[in-house]
Amino acid sequence: MGGHGSREPETGWSTVNEYFASYAVVAALLAAGVAVFAGALLASRLLRPDRPTPEKLTTYECGVDPVGEGWAQSQIRYYVYTYLYVVFAVDAVFLFPWATVFAAPGFGMTTLVEMFVFLAFIGLGILYAWRKRVLTWT
Amino acid sequence: MAEVLDVALRLAVIVIAFLTLPLIVGQTEHKAMAHMQSRLGPMYAGGFHGWAQLIADGVKFVQKEDIIPAAADRRVFALAPAVALVPYLVVMAVIPVGPGLVGADLDAGLFFALAVLGVGVLGSIMAGWSSANKYSVLGGMRSAAQLMAYELPLVLAASSVAMAAGTLSLPGIASAWQWWWLPWQAIGAVVFFVAGLAELRRPPFDMPIADSEIIMGPMTEYTGIRFALFLLSEYVGIVVLSALTTVLFLGGWQGPLLPGPVWTLLKVFALAFVVIWVRVSFPRLRADQLQKLAWVGLVPLALLQLALTGVVKVLLAA
Repeated sequence: MGGHGSREPETGWSTVNEYFASYAVVAALLAAGVAVFAGALLASRLLRPDRPTPEKLTTYECGVDPVGEGWAQSQIRYYVYTYLYVVFAVDAVFLFPWATVFAAPGFGMTTLVEMFVFLAFIGLGILYAWRKRVLTWT
Repeated sequence: MAEVLDVALRLAVIVIAFLTLPLIVGQTEHKAMAHMQSRLGPMYAGGFHGWAQLIADGVKFVQKEDIIPAAADRRVFALAPAVALVPYLVVMAVIPVGPGLVGADLDAGLFFALAVLGVGVLGSIMAGWSSANKYSVLGGMRSAAQLMAYELPLVLAASSVAMAAGTLSLPGIASAWQWWWLPWQAIGAVVFFVAGLAELRRPPFDMPIADSEIIMGPMTEYTGIRFALFLLSEYVGIVVLSALTTVLFLGGWQGPLLPGPVWTLLKVFALAFVVIWVRVSFPRLRADQLQKLAWVGLVPLALLQLALTGVVKVLLAA
């Protein structure tokens, strides 16, 4: 009887371990990617010449000497729809956990109505942005 | 021990695929594009129809001097190619090529893939800003604008498949796939592929690179091996996008007669050919056309697909 109680946390831990084990493969691949990058740079360092001159290191501007700084201030016209994007992207993140359960037995119509409420919100948002002429670029 | 060997073997296969498939796609692009334009393309390197052209290119790139402009932000400039390239390799870990043949079967595989793909675009923004070059800054800004516009339809179209399959695991989605999903998810598939193409900044969505107006965009100041790694990341991107589209919308390894991995590869290369074909066929989109296509075209279509998926799925369950 007591064995049952002690077995329960064990299965819990093995699930957690499996979870991290699957991400360990991802971490190993990340390390392999960094190694590929470092290896390519190292091979290049062994093979390439290195003779910098001031002319070589100037910023490229179609052959003439660069005018002013490269980090020029420019007007970014995209900020309004940056907001638009942030709002929608945050909405979309909630779609994923919902997507896996929405058709589970017992939900059916409720979640479908929920989905249309969600779509209506996004649709209305885009319509609003459109009416406010955020979505025109000329 | 056997388990460790198994994982090591999977990792080795993924790294080899990561280093060879992009070259095959690149060579196919050289030749297919040339023949579509009544040229021959590379003919000399390696002897037979210039098969070793990209290897020769690699040998050339690795010997070139590594120039970092004096005005640039050195660290960010040096790191940018890695940020552009490595995420694609990491994504390949969760893409299945056959039943049970996957680097890591993550529960949230689809979510993971989309999140990591988003990191890759940061590389081009980093390159654009750190170069301290006017063309690069413009290109980086364009990259950022493009990423923002096309991320939303990409995510919405992908979540439609997750709804259909009821799981976020990529092997789970591929094995749940049935042939009638093709018409059911057709809109989502087109939206996903087009948005993915835009995220890769491939023609006709190559406004951030636009060689005729801003030289090479964020990569203007790059040369040698760092530039080659940027190019590699573009072609790995094609492979990853084609593979994700295959797994999500075309049933992954499913198909008659041939073994699963062969079907996966066939579908991936067919889609990669479409990417090349589109490059040859369409002119570059202007900034306003680009934004309009995303917000007025693809996003509403993706929402429509979500509604369609939801209704059909609930009706089937009822």
